Order: sequence, then C-alpha cells, then structure tokens
Amino acid sequence: MGFPDRIERVVDIAHPPAKVWAALTTAEGLGSWFGNQATIDLRPGGSAQMTWTGGHTADMRVERVEEPTVFGFTWHIYGLPDDDPRRTYVEFTLEPVGAGTRLTVVETGFAQLPEDAYRKAYDGNTQGWASELGELVDYLDAA
Amino acid sequence: MPPDIEAIAEQVFVALADPSRRAILAALASGGPATATDLAGRLPITRQAIAKHLALLAEAGLVTAEPGERRRVRYRLRSAPMQVAQQFLAALARDWDGPLDALRDHLSR
Repeated sequence: MGFPDRIERVVDIAHPPAKVWAALTTAEGLGSWFGNQATIDLRPGGSAQMTWTGGHTADMRVERVEEPTVFGFTWHIYGLPDDDPRRTYVEFTLEPVGAGTRLTVVETGFAQLPEDAYRKAYDGNTQGWASELGELVDYLDAA
Repeated sequence: MPPDIEAIAEQVFVALADPSRRAILAALASGGPATATDLAGRLPITRQAIAKHLALLAEAGLVTAEPGERRRVRYRLRSAPMQVAQQFLAALARDWDGPLDALRDHLSR
C-alpha cells in the first residue's frame, strides 16, 4: 500500500530569500497566503497559530529558526482527534538561486506511531472487557 | 516505522470496502455496542451474514467482543485501528500544492 511518511515539494520563486522568509515567518505573511489570520512567536519553542474564516485553526510550535535559510515547526495531524499527541514536522528550506529562491518544504511523521498508540492499535482485546461506561457503572454502584 | 502500521491501515480499508461491513461499523459507531441480533434488527442484512462479518472484524481488531446481557456477546467498535487509517488519509489529504501556489501569488502581488 505504501504508507507515506514524508511529503516533499520544491518550488522556485522569483523573489529573494529575505522576502520569502518574511512571508513564511511573520504573522502578516502567514495570514496572507496560508491562513486568513496568524500569530507567531518566532523562536524555537514559540507558538504560532493560523485561523481560517471557516473556523478551522492550526496550532504550531516553532522548532527551528535559522534566518533566512531554515524554518521548522510541528503541528497536529489534521483529521486525528484533537487530543491525539502525534504531530508532523514541517521544515522550509530556502536556497538562493540567481535572484530568486528555491523553496523546499518537507513534512514528515505521517507514519509515526508512538508506543502506546501502537499497542492500542495492534494488540487486540486487552481492553475488551473493560469499558469506560462499565467503569462508570462500577463507580456509581460503589458510591 | 513499525512494519505493522501499514497492515493495520490495510485491514481498516479492507473492512470498509464492503458495504455490509461499513453498515455494521456505522451502526456500532452511531448506536454503541450491540449484539448480532440487535444489528440484524436494525440492518437489512441476515443474522448469519452479520455474524460472519463480525468475526472478520473482530479478527482484524476493529470490533471487540464483550459479555452483554443474558449471556449474549456484544460487539464494540475499536477506534485505535481507525486512527491509524486516518493517519494514512491525512498524508493523502495534505495539500502543499495549493498553499505553495498561494505563496507564489502572494509574493508576486
């Protein structure tokens, strides 16, 4: 089947790295081409957020800031429950090419499975006899 | 990555490829745990066929059997494999082409 873990795109942009960097790493830039609005605290460990007019929100954690060549962040895997701890890592690399920029974006981590999720998904029926509702009934019976 | 992540996702997609199994999983998702008899009463599928599909789904870890009332076996949906399949779908649904085009347009303005 081929479970893709890594997605990569390369685009050539007819603008210098400084301008591309600003579009990627400022609230004004991110809120123009990516989200409809954005905030960003541009330092490793800083938070960033993009919101869209439809109500969708993406929360990011800034991981790498090497102006003007590398910008990396992690974010939630879209489509998974909000409390799921898995995140993908997105890294933009900017390389000057002539008067323009070769921009590479790599997103990795789609095929990750932390140990507990792996166990939950794989090992069949260890939790089959206990259920949250059953535990609630036990709790109420005991009270 | 663990070699079995792909096997887990594949089992989900195999299960979902059959309309009767989709109906059974959907009934368990919307109505909660149910016995084969409950499901036969709700779905246009014979009890025998439901039992066969439930056995396959349990084998794949997509439902789990638990004791119900009057010694009847109840089946409950297991969400963990679905979340693995969602990861696969998330990779397919990740659209970088659209945003990168938008970035180019934004810079050219």
